[in-house]
Amino acid sequence: MPEQLVFAMEVILNGLMAGVLYALVALGFVLIYKASGIFNYAQGVMALFAAMTLVGIMNGQVPFAHLINATFGTHIHYFGWNVPALLAILLTMAVMVFLAWAVQRFVMRHLVGQEPIILFMATIGLAYFLEGVADLMWGSEIKTLDVGLPQGINLSIDEATFNIFGYGFFIDNLDIVATVIAALLVAGLVAFSQYTKQGRAMRAVADDHQAALSVGISLNFIWIMVWSVAGFVALVAGIMWGTKSGVQFSLSLIALKALPVLMLGGFTSIPGAIVGGLIIGVGEKLFEFAVGPLVGGATENWFAYVLALIFLVFRPQGLFGEKIIERV
Amino acid sequence: MFYREAGDFKTSYIDDNQTFPIKFDRYRYYVVLAVAFGIIPFVMNDYLANALLLPFLIYAIAAIGLNILVGYCGQVSLGTGGFMAVGAYACYKLMTAFPDVSMFIHVILAGGITAIVGVLFGLPSLRIKGFYLAVATLAAQFFLVWLFNRVPWFYNYSASGQINAPERDVFGIVITGPNASAWATYLFCLIFLTICAIIARNLTRGTTGRTWMAIRDMDIAAEIIGVNPLKAKLTAFAVSSFFVGISGALFFSVYLGAVEVGEVFGIQKSFLVLFMIIIGGLGSIFGSFAGAAFLVTLPVVLKVVGADWLGWPTDIVAHLQLVIVGALIIMFLILEPHGLAQLWRLAKEKLRLWPFPH
Repeated sequence: MPEQLVFAMEVILNGLMAGVLYALVALGFVLIYKASGIFNYAQGVMALFAAMTLVGIMNGQVPFAHLINATFGTHIHYFGWNVPALLAILLTMAVMVFLAWAVQRFVMRHLVGQEPIILFMATIGLAYFLEGVADLMWGSEIKTLDVGLPQGINLSIDEATFNIFGYGFFIDNLDIVATVIAALLVAGLVAFSQYTKQGRAMRAVADDHQAALSVGISLNFIWIMVWSVAGFVALVAGIMWGTKSGVQFSLSLIALKALPVLMLGGFTSIPGAIVGGLIIGVGEKLFEFAVGPLVGGATENWFAYVLALIFLVFRPQGLFGEKIIERV
Repeated sequence: MFYREAGDFKTSYIDDNQTFPIKFDRYRYYVVLAVAFGIIPFVMNDYLANALLLPFLIYAIAAIGLNILVGYCGQVSLGTGGFMAVGAYACYKLMTAFPDVSMFIHVILAGGITAIVGVLFGLPSLRIKGFYLAVATLAAQFFLVWLFNRVPWFYNYSASGQINAPERDVFGIVITGPNASAWATYLFCLIFLTICAIIARNLTRGTTGRTWMAIRDMDIAAEIIGVNPLKAKLTAFAVSSFFVGISGALFFSVYLGAVEVGEVFGIQKSFLVLFMIIIGGLGSIFGSFAGAAFLVTLPVVLKVVGADWLGWPTDIVAHLQLVIVGALIIMFLILEPHGLAQLWRLAKEKLRLWPFPH
């Protein structure tokens, strides 16, 4: 087998893994968009916020330590204990549920019935707010996150591919774990929305707010639940990305990467988010591999957007999105 | 009482068609112009110019440009930073290629080049609408920044990858480079802002502006009554990018002097200008000014209060700023979705009756 082809295969495999991570973030977007028609720009910052809170709780950091120290002239930073990972994840989840309640209570409730674009901009404001709060609470330095997920090269794949192709593929263990978790998450979400009472209520709200209200579904509760689920997805994405590349500001930028994924897959489709993520992941890695060296590299910065743009010109609702019907 | 239309008689069509048909507005406009051109240049110092006035003037131009696209034509764009970069790099290439030509011409040409690029990236808007378009403009943002970063021709093969504004003058007065005096740069930007604002004001109350607003309010209905969406959308992209390009050119050449594209014209800049027009008021020229003034002043005030008075570390102040800006945006959207411009309209309404409210 020619060497280039083997390299390309490795690139495709890695692209698939990266795509899964994009899809994880995109999932959070789709959930909120389906249930409330809000395009939640803050999803990426929620992932950052969740990851920072997790690290903070695990290390026993004092929240708002810098602010307290600056105001009162004290020098406190740590409580002096370490919280086990599982408990910390549960606590973080509680924080995310509280956040969902706060968002619903203080922001979205007041904006019911506004135009979608106003809601979108409100979530941009929310993103700034959350980012500032996260930095104030836990400090803005880069943190490492380790909840005990396996990391590093997967030796068995390396060995197996070496035996077949004479060249060992480099596949990160973390990526494999991420793929498995993403698959479980999607399966769980689908099961939740198909078979549970709350899941059905969620789909009903997504279909028609007023009809859902008239059969006795509490919109308030459903929206808090949806934001909580999105918070949970953000937490999972935050753990994955945080373990991979450290918890830092750039984590919130993966939200931007998830946007072309959404456009490809369609805003309203959960399978679309997965497929879109895989296409973008593989596409940008392959493009960088094949064309990148010719034009100076770093094409990953824009390839996804341009691909989505070209794609949209031909199919404005994305791959799996509901057909856009316009009436006067 | 103070603000009234009654008794303000127009006796000719020219009177009726002037930019500010109401006397109070007109006088206010003359007073603002007189202060801006006649008084401020004489009380100018470097701090005032660099911290407040220059960024305000330049961002106001960008905000007017974006407001035309988002506020008047309803096409949400997140590519402002990229288009400002086009203006800056076009200006740089022109300045270095034709050193003898006046800066006025360079800046206007830079705006024109940006307009062409803007139309190119505006073409998909004919097929893509709403959020999808907003995300599609991100393609412009990331692609353009990458392009200026990676293609050495744009930064004249300089080793650092930065662009530096060489010293250029207008009628013998140095405008760019370290030797430019504060009042000269201020006046240079002010002239551009004034011209841009007058053009925008008159465009938006004429046929062009009305077709934009028709497209914004409901594009299919507008199409049915005979508005050409191709023409309306592309002119909006062109005019908007023209202004944004001018502001980018000024931002680079007059204000900063040296630019590293990823840092200065990144996605943050797109959001900043978008926030300006949300806080100021979508679909209002005055709102563009108010929003730009507000978001330029806020960090300066926060820095003075937080870092200088309270003695907090600068990083805390920077984080607090994020929190405050975010909260303000949400508050504005909830309490006053039409922004500062709406407050001004309400104030005028009150002034009209005051002090006899009935």
